[in-house]
Amino acid sequence: MDPVKITPYRNAKLIKQMRKLSVLSMAVLISVLLTAPAVAADWKQIKIATEGAYPPWNYFDKSGKLVGFEIELIKDLCGRMNAECEVVTQKWRGIIEGLNKGKYDAIIAAMSITEPRKEKVAFSRSYADTPNIFVVRKDNPLANFKSEVEHLTLDDLSPAEQDALDALLNAFRGKVIGVQVATIFQKFADAYLGEHSEIRIYDFQHTVDLELYQGRLDALVGGMAYWMPVLKSEQGKEYTIAGPRMTGGPFGSGIGVAVRKTDQALADKFSKAIDAALRDGTIKKLAIEWFTFDTSAPQ
Amino acid sequence: MDVQVIIDNLPLYLQGLRTTIVLVFASLVVGLLLAIPIALLASSKSKWISALPKAYIYFFRGTPLLVQMFMIYHGMGQFEAVRESFLWVIFQQAWTCALVAFALNTAAYTGEILRGTIEQTPYGEVEAAKSCGMSNAQIYRRIILPSTFRRALPAYGNEVIFMLHGSSLAGLITIVDLFGAAKIVNARNFVPFESFIAAGIFYLAITFMIVWGFKKAEHHWHAYLRPRES
Amino acid sequence: MSQVVAYFPLILKGMLLTVEVALASLLIAILLGLIGAVAKLSKSRIAKTIAGAYTTVIRGIPDLVLMTLIFFGGQILVNNIGEKLGWDYIDVDPFIAGVLTIGFIFGAYFAESFRGGILAVARGEIEAGYAFGMTPIQVFFRITMPAMVRHALPGIGNNWLVMVKTTALVSVIGLQDMVYNAGLAGGSTRKPFTFYCVVAFLFLVITGFSDVGMRWLDKKYSVGVRKA
Repeated sequence: MDPVKITPYRNAKLIKQMRKLSVLSMAVLISVLLTAPAVAADWKQIKIATEGAYPPWNYFDKSGKLVGFEIELIKDLCGRMNAECEVVTQKWRGIIEGLNKGKYDAIIAAMSITEPRKEKVAFSRSYADTPNIFVVRKDNPLANFKSEVEHLTLDDLSPAEQDALDALLNAFRGKVIGVQVATIFQKFADAYLGEHSEIRIYDFQHTVDLELYQGRLDALVGGMAYWMPVLKSEQGKEYTIAGPRMTGGPFGSGIGVAVRKTDQALADKFSKAIDAALRDGTIKKLAIEWFTFDTSAPQ
Repeated sequence: MDVQVIIDNLPLYLQGLRTTIVLVFASLVVGLLLAIPIALLASSKSKWISALPKAYIYFFRGTPLLVQMFMIYHGMGQFEAVRESFLWVIFQQAWTCALVAFALNTAAYTGEILRGTIEQTPYGEVEAAKSCGMSNAQIYRRIILPSTFRRALPAYGNEVIFMLHGSSLAGLITIVDLFGAAKIVNARNFVPFESFIAAGIFYLAITFMIVWGFKKAEHHWHAYLRPRES
Repeated sequence: MSQVVAYFPLILKGMLLTVEVALASLLIAILLGLIGAVAKLSKSRIAKTIAGAYTTVIRGIPDLVLMTLIFFGGQILVNNIGEKLGWDYIDVDPFIAGVLTIGFIFGAYFAESFRGGILAVARGEIEAGYAFGMTPIQVFFRITMPAMVRHALPGIGNNWLVMVKTTALVSVIGLQDMVYNAGLAGGSTRKPFTFYCVVAFLFLVITGFSDVGMRWLDKKYSVGVRKA
């Protein structure tokens, strides 16, 4: 048999993001107070930080070149803004501090727009909003669950969506659902499924996957950006998606560009460029190229 | 320190406490029942008989309990034959997997304790029994085993405490024992200090009770070793 | 079979980390053990009380609970202190948290071994040291320590073996030791049993080598002692 490659887990990343949130806030608050804002500029030159370790968003390919959905997006947005952009890589931990200390002017690194982060930085509008899904085994009865709607925006439900959500929660009644600890998936499961389903919280994403495979879990909640490529691979041939795609609510309000709070003008500039890129389909095209499906934020 | 979180979650901790106690007790009982034949075979003078139980003891004492537990919990599901047979009823549940792992583990440690003590039985006692005309089985039942249990008591007390501590691993395979409860409280409230210290206090209390219990037992069973009271 | 082979480098890399964690923990444990033993034997009531409390906590609370507490709690504690002192955000490394916890736990057990070893050193040797005009510190490092090692060695060896097994717990806080990597490989290949078996075997290899090492040490420190 062929050796199977280990894919870096999207969710493993998320746990790190969530865990450090609480602690980060303290440290960042100080640095915000201590550092002087960068010189006000007309933003003809922008220094942008990314992580470079989070495929397919931003990562180094085999030849050591920085590539990814966001790297292409940066090129496009900078063109629209008539700005000369320099991309630097920065470790995820401390990435917000670096921004507030003036090491760079913006972060484009698959950063979800969340309330705690909004206390430390300003965000542009979202450019991507990757949906979240239930993954089940094909031989599980839940695999046959059909939803009336295809997409649920949790904090903004129409009556039809509310019905679909109720039907969904009803279908998962009494089922065992796995999530990784300290992720948006756990947050969602606790908020929506805690009452009628059994939620199992795991330390590592690879354990959740294995438990689903061995049939101890009826379903897991995960990010579509991670799961779509898996489902299309040999590794995912036993699995399928059950129910609608979900965004909003505990899943956050999309992914945006982070800038210093004092640089609202720069955030607005990015927002305008993103709007344009969403309108003419550039972002959709890039998303399909890098994620195999459309992750565009709603316009 | 946010004590309120712990008070709010006290029912969860108590549920965990119950699970921990039941799991440890059940593992110890099953483990002890396995340990007796293992010790008897391992202390046999025939190399052929003692080889297998000795290998068993060597494996379970030489590898981490965590790995043993994962071998059973995650490992058994690897085999289609297990997943599709009645065995999966046992191994699908985390609880039984933990019980099996803990029982096999403590059986090895207890077996080794008993083997050591059996081999150190003062030969005079055995000789005396022989000269009274007891059969081999009688010697084991009347002399060697009772004397062994008595002398193994302090070492077994330590093993019970190790088992209690080892049982916290159950929290890693979705079981809501004391540690599992603490993990859930931490995951939902982000209070690592409060949640794990609370669990630690429960463990500390159980440990004290075990120590106290074994002191009482030793006092009783080792009465003949005490200096005479005037 | 080829799957196991493909992941073998990953497992071996993990094994290296396992050994590193064990050795680093050993260093801390010996240090804490010496301090603990001296505290237990000292005449100071405070030192004795602290050493006693230390032993009680270690004996009473599972290692796993201590480790998660130090890893997750330590992160918050360090940064709360850091905030007051105006430091940058500090990342508590799982390696450091793991090593500190294991070292801290086994320090208590080593203290017990060292205490026994020190008590077994012939009183006359120590008195002779003082008679030569050595300071108490000189006596400790020149006479008590070297003479104590032989007596403490069986206990040390035993503690080391238990410690190697305890390193498996660092996988829980995300350190990529061989147990963690076995989980990763077992998950990707859906063959967890195979990989945990390999890891169990590697643990036996480490303890096997340790046995050899210990026998060598025992010989070295027993030079000049006649054995029955």
